[in-house]
Amino acid sequence: MNNRARAPFRFIGCMELREILGVRAHDEQRLLELIEEVPSGSIHYHTHSYFLRHAYLQGRYPNDFATWVAVHVQDPILGERLAAIDPFDYEDLQALRTDIAGIIAEHLSHMKTIPRVVAGEPFEFVRSHVIEVDLGVEAWTLKEFRDGLEGVEAGAIYNHVCEARMRKGRVSGDFASWLLAKEGLDMPELAEQVMKVGRLGLGLEGVRERIVRLCDQALVAR
Amino acid sequence: MGITLEDYRDVTPPGTVDFLRRLARSVEGKRMLHVNSTRYGGGVAEILHRLVPMFEELGVKARWEVMAGSDAFYRTTKGFHNALQGTIQHITADMYEAYLACNRENAQRLDLEADVVMIHDPQPAPLIDARKLGAKWIWRCHIDLSTPQRSVWQFLRPYVVRYDAAIVSLPKFAQRLPIPQFLIYPSIDPLSDKNRELSVEEIDRILHRLGVPRDKPILLQVSRFDRFKDPVGVVEAYRLVKKSHDCRLVLAGGTAVDDPEGAEVLAEVQTAVGTDPDVHLLLLPPTANLEINALQRAATIVFQKSTREGFGLTVAEALWKGKPVIGGQTGGITVQLIPGVTGFTVHSPEGAAFYTKRLLNEPDLMTAIGRQGREYARHRFLITRHLQDYLGMMIHLSQAA
Repeated sequence: MNNRARAPFRFIGCMELREILGVRAHDEQRLLELIEEVPSGSIHYHTHSYFLRHAYLQGRYPNDFATWVAVHVQDPILGERLAAIDPFDYEDLQALRTDIAGIIAEHLSHMKTIPRVVAGEPFEFVRSHVIEVDLGVEAWTLKEFRDGLEGVEAGAIYNHVCEARMRKGRVSGDFASWLLAKEGLDMPELAEQVMKVGRLGLGLEGVRERIVRLCDQALVAR
Repeated sequence: MGITLEDYRDVTPPGTVDFLRRLARSVEGKRMLHVNSTRYGGGVAEILHRLVPMFEELGVKARWEVMAGSDAFYRTTKGFHNALQGTIQHITADMYEAYLACNRENAQRLDLEADVVMIHDPQPAPLIDARKLGAKWIWRCHIDLSTPQRSVWQFLRPYVVRYDAAIVSLPKFAQRLPIPQFLIYPSIDPLSDKNRELSVEEIDRILHRLGVPRDKPILLQVSRFDRFKDPVGVVEAYRLVKKSHDCRLVLAGGTAVDDPEGAEVLAEVQTAVGTDPDVHLLLLPPTANLEINALQRAATIVFQKSTREGFGLTVAEALWKGKPVIGGQTGGITVQLIPGVTGFTVHSPEGAAFYTKRLLNEPDLMTAIGRQGREYARHRFLITRHLQDYLGMMIHLSQAA
């Protein structure tokens, strides 16, 4: 364990600019077809950006596909099945896309008629452009890391947990990686706990709160 | 001294102001120009009055130019506005020509020199003809384009496709265009008269002036008297609630002088209300921001029971004031209301009555939903998020260049 890291952790915030793809689904069959066709950035947006959009509050389900079929198509069974998908189980978007499509296809194979929007809105496919911003906050010690995490805007948590994992291939997420690294704080136990927080299905503020609490416990234990 | 960005630190999520300052560094010194058709009145002007100084504070050289036009021009663009929002209009060839002539005159008169030019709504769209080499032009459409009158849209489209990008407020407003279309929600200003904190005394005084006693729960809908806002449906919902719960209903809004349907709808509402002393129909002028603020803060539950809606920022206003909202399952209301979390979406007066009674029966639920709604609005519908999105747009376009 290092009391002071050899390389600091730099908090990088982010925002997303949303681009409308101009394709929409009014029923579950069309939803399936479009899920198979749209750019992977759109799959990422509808399964991950949820966390950025719902930093404080969680919506009904943790991805847009599940919410749409449950709320707008009023097909709660498919909604629940899609809601159970954990994007953190996947290391690439193609596998995630395949599983989502598979669940919808399997569900439709049991339906006599295709469920469609009657009194709701169509599903609109969107993708996002993520813009990163160095927040000028860096941490050399666990205390500085904890304080930095507590004060940064929620986009930084999204960037270091969600973006790092899926779009940048840093599977453990940036926080756990730095806590684990020899040139970081070399704290494998804390790193392991922090990595697990990303899997709890919390909103970004929930992730922030848990990791800050874990840091506080580690600071007390020292 | 005017309001500065620092004043938003206490009302925005942690880190927001610092994030904006850092984000703006990459466009510091850039010249940004906004062009619209009016300096006062309407949501666009209201938001630009606050956004432009914020851009300047962040180091962006922001300016705002306003088109000048004759009455004929504004009549034509009012027709455009209605046609693009789905109400069939008769626009003659002369009207189209007058519209283009006015834009040509404004292109000569206005200083359109900037690195990024944001043209708001259809009125100044043909100014794209005056675009200078190297500048990025964005068409910011604030209106509901989901079912436009085709002939009017086909007239406007050749101008729109020459922009570098378009921005709409909801995905369903997007049209088939060969340019990228971005999604940016509108916003409310938490420090404006319509949304700032009010003392209990101020609220009491304003409600007293409006003749609304605070002796029982107040159900409120703030909207124009327009069929799409379903004010008669709100009265029906109130009647169902009133059978078991004593309460008041306040319908606050205005009718435009050039809107004959508004007067008709108001008459229908008056008939539906009859002589019920617990229903208050308030015809307020567009400047009644403090009155709207006080009514929303005094309300127990806020309705936005629209059957068709653009974005419906009155929902965000009510959420910001910690009120549970019951809204129609349409347009931007579905973005703002998470069922059971920030409010409820409904399809009928019966649905509105059902959730109203549930909320009145469960004050703890009402408090929790109100608290959650305020936080949701804080994160997603405040002007600082709008500013962030526009900065992001500038950065994205300059990177694309």
